Amino acid sequence: MEKFTAHTGLVAPLDIANVDTDQIIPKQFLQKTTRTGFGQHLFHDSRYLDNAGTQENPDFLLNKPQYQDASILLTRENFGCGSSREHAPWALEEFGFKVIMAPSFADIFYGNCINIGLLPIKLPEQQINELFSYSQHSELTLLVDLTQNTIATITANNEKHVYTFSLDSFHQYCLEQGIDSVGWTLKKLDTIKAFEANMPAWQ
Amino acid sequence: MTASTKNNSNTATTLYDKLWQSHLVEVSNSQAIEGETPLIYVDRHLIHEVTSPQAFANLKFHNRPVRHPERTIATMDHNTSTRSLEINAAGEGAANQLRTLAKNCQEFGIELFGIGHKNQGIVHVIGPELGLTLPGTVIVCGDSHTATHGAFGALAFGIGTSEVEHVFATQTLRQTKAKTMKIEVNGQVGAGISAKDIILAIIGVTGSAGATGYVVEYTGQAIRALSMEERMTVCNMSIEFGAKAGLIAPDETTFAYVKGREYAPKDELWQQAVNDWKALKSDKNAVFDAVVTLDAKNIKAQVTWGTTPGQVTAIDSKVPSPDDFKEAVEKESCQAALTYMGLTAGTQITDIEINKVFIGSCTNSRIEDLRAAAAVVEKYSTQGKKVSSKVDAIVVPGSYRVKTQAEQEGIDQVFINAGFEWRLPGCSMCLGMNDDVLTVGDRCASTSNRNFEGRQGRGSRTHLVSPEMAAAAAIEGHFVDLNAS
Repeated sequence: MEKFTAHTGLVAPLDIANVDTDQIIPKQFLQKTTRTGFGQHLFHDSRYLDNAGTQENPDFLLNKPQYQDASILLTRENFGCGSSREHAPWALEEFGFKVIMAPSFADIFYGNCINIGLLPIKLPEQQINELFSYSQHSELTLLVDLTQNTIATITANNEKHVYTFSLDSFHQYCLEQGIDSVGWTLKKLDTIKAFEANMPAWQ
Repeated sequence: MTASTKNNSNTATTLYDKLWQSHLVEVSNSQAIEGETPLIYVDRHLIHEVTSPQAFANLKFHNRPVRHPERTIATMDHNTSTRSLEINAAGEGAANQLRTLAKNCQEFGIELFGIGHKNQGIVHVIGPELGLTLPGTVIVCGDSHTATHGAFGALAFGIGTSEVEHVFATQTLRQTKAKTMKIEVNGQVGAGISAKDIILAIIGVTGSAGATGYVVEYTGQAIRALSMEERMTVCNMSIEFGAKAGLIAPDETTFAYVKGREYAPKDELWQQAVNDWKALKSDKNAVFDAVVTLDAKNIKAQVTWGTTPGQVTAIDSKVPSPDDFKEAVEKESCQAALTYMGLTAGTQITDIEINKVFIGSCTNSRIEDLRAAAAVVEKYSTQGKKVSSKVDAIVVPGSYRVKTQAEQEGIDQVFINAGFEWRLPGCSMCLGMNDDVLTVGDRCASTSNRNFEGRQGRGSRTHLVSPEMAAAAAIEGHFVDLNAS
């Protein structure tokens, strides 16, 4: 996993609550056996007018010219609910997103993001509302500094607001260090073996 | 929902605390960094073709073995055709995933129930029916409906593919401890009210994200009265209101179900197991972070009208209007759902016409579900009524064992004679990864678990209901209040 320390990027404001992982990556694209090739199908049913994905829907946020280079997704509550498919964060990451900001996330989706190095940031609803309002008036760029746990806004008219966010300390460590989670746990194999030696036989 | 006051002197623990504590792999201070997320041990790892290939690929890349292939069981379910046993029948992509699973299982020494195997079926149907699902265990699977196994008092939850790889390599997972929620369903449900109605009614109360961050324990007289298959229906949908897992404390009903199953402990081990399992319940004074209470007698048959499982109402009511909701987000969600679903506020639920019916999925494809649906069909048959000419209805048993059992009981013939299609086992139209897909504008009475936009096919509309309600809708062509007729 690549290390994540800080990221500066353009915000795409997706003003929809309860976005489920079926919407993020519909089932017909889950048949790949590789970890790549999902970005082109991100939000397929909203993004394309046809099933083949050749006709872009001009009304969909990510098809608008001003969001072509967006790398921070600003969205609403309960983002990533539903299916456990890690293909959803894979698709977001491959599309170019590095950070997802919302008032709340579904648990499995949140964990999947951490595990692939896509930074999920929870902010209070009021702050999310503020960011939505900044992004409505002009292009909003954010500087997300994981080492300081801060988000600084850079708007077209140079307004600056700073927010702080918190992350579980171990999640933060893994992201900053780009930890290979499996390799990390395998260093503790002796402890796992000791646990196994004490398990009831029926288990 | 009320938050109880925490009492620090209280040493009583919940069922979740007990399961957590008994699976916590204590890592010594010298090995851990401060604040490191705890490791918990995984007893059973269930896998299928869709969420495992990338995990196997990473293992190979790092040249790592599967640490305990004997604790891992594979089945083919998400992609399989329900019309043919031919591996290519559901298309090239599906066949490639199915073949990849077979190859990986062979290479890593994992037992696989492939297409045509007597034990094949939906992962959350076969685990319990084979006795792989045991009380007091931790069970994971790369599928969010793994919560199903919580019906046995197992801590069971869905994981992503990176976690599948972590379990393969270490037989453990890094987990943050969840908060606890008690959902108490007091009293007895009325006649004709199913487990599906109970869980949909619960989600209607909590909302679609009401249990995010929680492990829920279902208790109360109405829960204790449920059979194991009904308990599985309840726990299955825990994820649909955001819960990490759903639990029901094991009891004599549980032990009687597990005893004698193919992979269940036998003889002396069985006795030891039952002794241990009897301690698996929340202490009387255990404190939960949140408590939700429902009165069973108020639960009516449920139908979802929107695009999240929480957008649900009783069969004898009307489609709501955005004005019925207080919060702005709920109003907007209601309006968006009505537009997508093609429904007008104020329409009687029983006036909603459907053209497709799906009886199946890990929520409602077990033998009791099929018996319940078949009983409704038989009742109509005595009046000479069959599946409406405007409706296509399919029945997809959850596993080969369920299918065989149903055929021995003649249930398949009840369905076939009434005009239902009787299919081969798999996940099928619940998510439509095979060719069991709805098309634009189709409206389906479905016994599955998700009514998300496009879930069963782009532009299709899903109403979640019980097997009984789905069977009646197939025949009448619209939703029916079975208690009123």
